[in-house]
Amino acid sequence: MNISPSKIISLLFFIFSGFYLYTAHQIQVFTFDENAAFNAKTFPIYLGYAGLVFSALYIILPEKKPSDVDLKVLDYKKTISLVILMIIYGLTILRVGYFLSTSVFLVLSYIVLGERKWFWIFILSFPFVAIFMYLLHGLLNIYLRDPFLQYLGVMG
Amino acid sequence: MIEGILIGLETAFSFKNLMMVMIGCFAGTIIGMLPGLGPMTAIALMIPITYGFEPSTGLILMAGVYYGAVFGGSTSSILINAPGIPGTVATSFDGYPMAQQGKAGKALAIAAYSSFAGGTIAAIFLLIAAPSLSKVSLAFRSPDYFGLMILGLTAVSAFSAKGHFLKAMMMVVLGLMLASVGQDTLSDIPRFTFQNMNLSDGISFVLVVMATFAMSEALTIIFKANDPSRVAKQISLSQLGSIKLDKIETKKMVTTIPRSSVLGFIIGVLPGAGSTIASFLAYGMERNFVNDEEKQKFGKGSVNGLAAPETANNAACSGSFVPLLTLGIPGSGTTAVMLGALLGFGIQPGPRLYQTNPEIFWSVIMSMYIGMVILLILNLPLIPYIARVLATPRTFLIPLILFFSVTGIYLMSFNNFDIYLMIGIAVMATILRLYDFPMPPLILAFVLGGLMEENLRRSLLISDGSWSFLWDRPLTMLIMALIATIVLWQCIKSIKTKSS
Repeated sequence: MNISPSKIISLLFFIFSGFYLYTAHQIQVFTFDENAAFNAKTFPIYLGYAGLVFSALYIILPEKKPSDVDLKVLDYKKTISLVILMIIYGLTILRVGYFLSTSVFLVLSYIVLGERKWFWIFILSFPFVAIFMYLLHGLLNIYLRDPFLQYLGVMG
Repeated sequence: MIEGILIGLETAFSFKNLMMVMIGCFAGTIIGMLPGLGPMTAIALMIPITYGFEPSTGLILMAGVYYGAVFGGSTSSILINAPGIPGTVATSFDGYPMAQQGKAGKALAIAAYSSFAGGTIAAIFLLIAAPSLSKVSLAFRSPDYFGLMILGLTAVSAFSAKGHFLKAMMMVVLGLMLASVGQDTLSDIPRFTFQNMNLSDGISFVLVVMATFAMSEALTIIFKANDPSRVAKQISLSQLGSIKLDKIETKKMVTTIPRSSVLGFIIGVLPGAGSTIASFLAYGMERNFVNDEEKQKFGKGSVNGLAAPETANNAACSGSFVPLLTLGIPGSGTTAVMLGALLGFGIQPGPRLYQTNPEIFWSVIMSMYIGMVILLILNLPLIPYIARVLATPRTFLIPLILFFSVTGIYLMSFNNFDIYLMIGIAVMATILRLYDFPMPPLILAFVLGGLMEENLRRSLLISDGSWSFLWDRPLTMLIMALIATIVLWQCIKSIKTKSS
């Protein structure tokens, strides 16, 4: 028996809604609010039930137009690589600093996506980020934490 | 009203705001031109920048981006048959065949003139309709607002989901669930924070918009890069041909534009309908209005067939501002993003916006018109040059979109948690989009979540916990009847499709 991916997603949403509903019931409200017509958990409880109803309906009812996705043509390698790069970028942006982490992220992303024009790879990374930083930090006065540039003495 | 128009003109014509309209139109055109990236992505990318501005300036920039993106979408539809946004799909029916016949310049000119005319006529309608509707909407009470929000969410789900109504409703619930994270507005009780301090203020609106649109759009492009159905056929960008129109073509446009403008505006005002439906309806309507000889040309490069959807989609854009500015309820995903940005500025759109912040109300309306003029005089002559953006390799484009998205969130929060949360939501959104779970209902629900809970709270407290408030007032009952009609219509449609 084949279960369509949309139904699997709906099943996951059903489970998520159940968990959401359970958590909504656990919200601690003030004692005087317990029996009020509306308190902090009223709306989430309705949402939990709504999630259960809609996902259950999707699982039970026959699909009239199943989403046709050819999984073979999807580019998993590049997409997953980009997501990993973004996670590393998020990890390093505060520790290493905006300039270096952003420039390295851009260089690696271009390469991962198959770009090999080294001149443009360089222009659209280090100098591009430097100009962008100048616009933000220098002109618009938006603070950008950058331990690396502070270490080099470029940024105060 | 005259006084208001003057206030609007004064604000919109300040040097700074004029620059913002120009930058907005230009940036919007470029972003909108890139296949897959629409006005929502364009506006989402602008939000972090606008937080440094005054509300009217920020909103003017976003309105410029909106119009620019719609115009840019038409350009990619005409030149490479790859509509940047769904609202310009109908444009490609006749625009692309014209371009293939060596009349790309002419097709772009028709699109620009039609957009300008449609937008101008609709801006006049907006000028008249918005203040009048503002006065009427003062009669709305909490139950009516609650009903209107459900109506908006149901309508957006019905129209945007392309036959996947239940999927859209699941996305609505998910959007409302995400909006419920953080402290309760009245009691400050933490909800769904799991003792994580980063969640106590709730999930940032910019984070959700960036993740579900900009970032997931970029990931989807890469994910589906090998899909043969997504490979666009490119025409020579150096041979666009003349942009001058002859008398017959002008005459055809003169008859098409007024009726398509009226239709587009009315459709735009309706919650959820938006520019996509407006453009398709206008195309269909125009086909019925023209003579048999012209009818044969539809789909092969008809002037009427190109002018009608282009006029209607721009008129619908203006129309969609009516419920946003007068009721504070966005009728589309794009205006939902703008509502979120307004709330970020501490401004609550609604009937009182007209009185409390007239400079914002009127300057937005005025800047729409200025945006149209700028699009016509600045973008049209520059099209041969701007069109070269279409040649930008995706290998450079995608990392830059991801970089702008991460930077936008980093500048707002300066913490890693928000970046990780954004990546997580983006990955989830990419998978959901792959299986036709629509994102606009999620965004609309996320933006309306707080307001909806507030209005439900008031309604239930006034009626002492009874749900009778849904039918106590004739207005609320009418709104509920409309919701029931939409749901019933979806059920009938579903049964019909099944039996056929």
